[in-house]
Amino acid sequence: MNLIRRNFDVLIIGAGGAGLNAAVQLAKADMRVAVVSKVFPTRSHTVAAQGGVNAALGNVNDDSWHWHMFDTVKGSDYLGDQDAIEFMCREAIPTVYELEHNGVPFSRLDSGKIYQRPFGGQSRGFGKEQASRTCAAADRTGHAILHTLYQQNIKARSHFFTEYFAIDLLQDAEGGVTGALVMDIASGEPMILNARATLLATGGCGQVFRTTSNAHINTGDGMAMALRAGVPLQDMEFFQFHPTGVAGRGMLITEASRGEGGYLINSEGERFMERYAPGAKDLASRDVVARAIVTEVREGRGCGPNKDYVLLKVDHLGEEVVAKRLPGIRETSKIFLGVDPAFEPIPVYPTAHYVMGGIPSDRFGRVVAPAHHGPEEVVQGLYAAGECACVSVHGANRLGGNSLLDILVFGRLSGLDILEYLGEHPRHRLTDSSSEERAMARFQRFDKAGEGIPVAELRREFRKVMEDHAGVFRTDEIMREGMDRVRDIRSRLEDVRLADTSRTFNTARIEAFELENLIDVGMSIVTSALHRQESRGAHSRPDYPERDDKNWMRHSLYFLAEDRLDYKPVRTKPLSVDSFPPKPRVY
Amino acid sequence: MEFQIYRFNPDIDQEPYIQSFTVEVERGMMLRDVLLEIKRRDESFAFRHSCGEGVCGSDGVNVNGKNQLACITPVADYTDDPVVIRPLPGRPVIRDLVVDMSDFYHQYHAVDPWLKRKDPVPEQENLQTPEQRARLDGLWECILCGCCSTSCPSFWWNPQKFLGPQALLSSWRFLADSRDQAEDERLNDLDGPYKVFRCHTIMNCVDACPKHLNPTRAIGHIRNLMLKKSV
Repeated sequence: MNLIRRNFDVLIIGAGGAGLNAAVQLAKADMRVAVVSKVFPTRSHTVAAQGGVNAALGNVNDDSWHWHMFDTVKGSDYLGDQDAIEFMCREAIPTVYELEHNGVPFSRLDSGKIYQRPFGGQSRGFGKEQASRTCAAADRTGHAILHTLYQQNIKARSHFFTEYFAIDLLQDAEGGVTGALVMDIASGEPMILNARATLLATGGCGQVFRTTSNAHINTGDGMAMALRAGVPLQDMEFFQFHPTGVAGRGMLITEASRGEGGYLINSEGERFMERYAPGAKDLASRDVVARAIVTEVREGRGCGPNKDYVLLKVDHLGEEVVAKRLPGIRETSKIFLGVDPAFEPIPVYPTAHYVMGGIPSDRFGRVVAPAHHGPEEVVQGLYAAGECACVSVHGANRLGGNSLLDILVFGRLSGLDILEYLGEHPRHRLTDSSSEERAMARFQRFDKAGEGIPVAELRREFRKVMEDHAGVFRTDEIMREGMDRVRDIRSRLEDVRLADTSRTFNTARIEAFELENLIDVGMSIVTSALHRQESRGAHSRPDYPERDDKNWMRHSLYFLAEDRLDYKPVRTKPLSVDSFPPKPRVY
Repeated sequence: MEFQIYRFNPDIDQEPYIQSFTVEVERGMMLRDVLLEIKRRDESFAFRHSCGEGVCGSDGVNVNGKNQLACITPVADYTDDPVVIRPLPGRPVIRDLVVDMSDFYHQYHAVDPWLKRKDPVPEQENLQTPEQRARLDGLWECILCGCCSTSCPSFWWNPQKFLGPQALLSSWRFLADSRDQAEDERLNDLDGPYKVFRCHTIMNCVDACPKHLNPTRAIGHIRNLMLKKSV
């Protein structure tokens, strides 16, 4: 086989908001940037973000980044790193202005300024009145931002490898990253991309669960590549279930529907969030609302023939508000439920939505892992940003509107830090031959012909196991069984065979690679979850119902080798302000 | 229900052929669910898809002669057997329902689809009234699925010369933006007999757009503006 080798200054894997915002910084500085994406860039899942991006612009009423920081720390259930959170909340303001300058069609207030709406977990004055901090382009903010960032990259002439699938990272003898082995999906041919710095920006892994708001492509590819390169994954037990997915389907009904004044009711017509969160009610944090919905349904107050969902009401807002502020979810409800939310309530149930954990990185996007001298040593040449990374700004629970913010701020910052890194590292490092051989072996692993398990079958079984054993409520017994079953599925991956081993646009082969990635990531979730014996944020254990700051205010680190776990402390000291000490979290 | 699917794998097949599948239709099923069921039975079947809710624009296909986004097209829309699913027309087929969209993307890139400003960058946001912003509605929501341009006969004949409905919709999206300061430059770039004027207002694009956008109207606005500028 004639293996094509190409050299770039920077390799970016993933073309969502984080990857594209990093790429544009580097391309503008005349670096040779290769952006590898398994789909055309505007098909990346950032496109589906609905509600908006948080920044304390104060366009609607007084606001400050410090209040935004408080809300984010509290929302994280005190597991977020406060230095990174301060940094993100400060950077939010120039980041949103930059997006606007680049052309994002934000909705507008009468003053001509960017429209901002209230969202869950937001407050003014450190936990007092509701804030309006979420900058929005109707309820299609992710679409608006992703398309704008792609446009900026065309302008800056970034080099796109569209519909290329990353197989594995390549490393030098010391473990530093030297690029990746990728595959051209159209031809099925492999290619080596060498780079002085590599950024993983591959997004989330919601496809580990059967019912999810995440797209088919969200298979945790970058996280699994990091694991195979010896890098741990941090805080993977924290997976956010969005309260309002389309019942039985999983696609998202934005939190903006509640931000604009919508609320939830049970089969008795009761506005039940008043019982669970007397202050914030329907705009409590997502983990709180999701647990409330599951509890209502479990206690027999669900709606519909099977009593398995609750109803989200926005019809009282009037057709005009729904049409203007929530056109996207109106269309989704009409198509998938035959329900027009301007006139009828929407059946909803929690859906797997976002992973708070990921590849451990610092606030410059550098990947950090335990090595010789402590828990946070930089992995040479490797960066991570966006949902695949864990900075950690979301801790145990992410606030709505903070994920677009995370990908934009840390995508941009990793781009700028890579620029500095390139200045200090003018030469490509040498790939270790054993690393290349391992990657090639993975590339060829599904070439074996013969009878075996079909990819789709094992994928379906795996996703059901994850849903049943790592969902909203988790007990020791349920998770132990889940771990055994994921181990069993992992061992059966050996027996997966493709019925069709042809080269041209073989999507079954891609799905086989993705399945392997999903299983590795799934294992990190069940392992980390089983060992955390407390309830914090999205990780809720009826057998350990309290948060335990004495023993568990620490980050977990999962290593693929022997499914080992390690821990590191939370960074409680901000950059310039006083620390927010842990308090009971009430809304 | 019977579905007839266009199949072609260049590694194996000399020529494309139509393969028939019978799929049990359940309530609430979308065409994408049918394609996934077919793929479950025959994993060699290739098509693009991702978000499943009509926002990523991956799964444009031609159904009974009309371009559709499979994930938001209810199977219940079709009452007569068989339903014929083919790749988007006029594009080279890579495999099965997967087509090469390079020309389509090239034309999008050709209209400089980014905001052009000449003024210094302000400290805060550029101001825009809700009315000015409302002019962008029906333009910025385009998901680049290609259903419009690949249904346009003028684009079939001249995919490298005629910009096509998608690119022209995007061009108007920036011409209509009160923040954009490159109107003359944009109009100059659109000049000539092919780029805009090969649109013969056949309006297949309007019929095909799964997001209910209206490229023909946008092209009309561009023509009017060109006319106004030339007198």
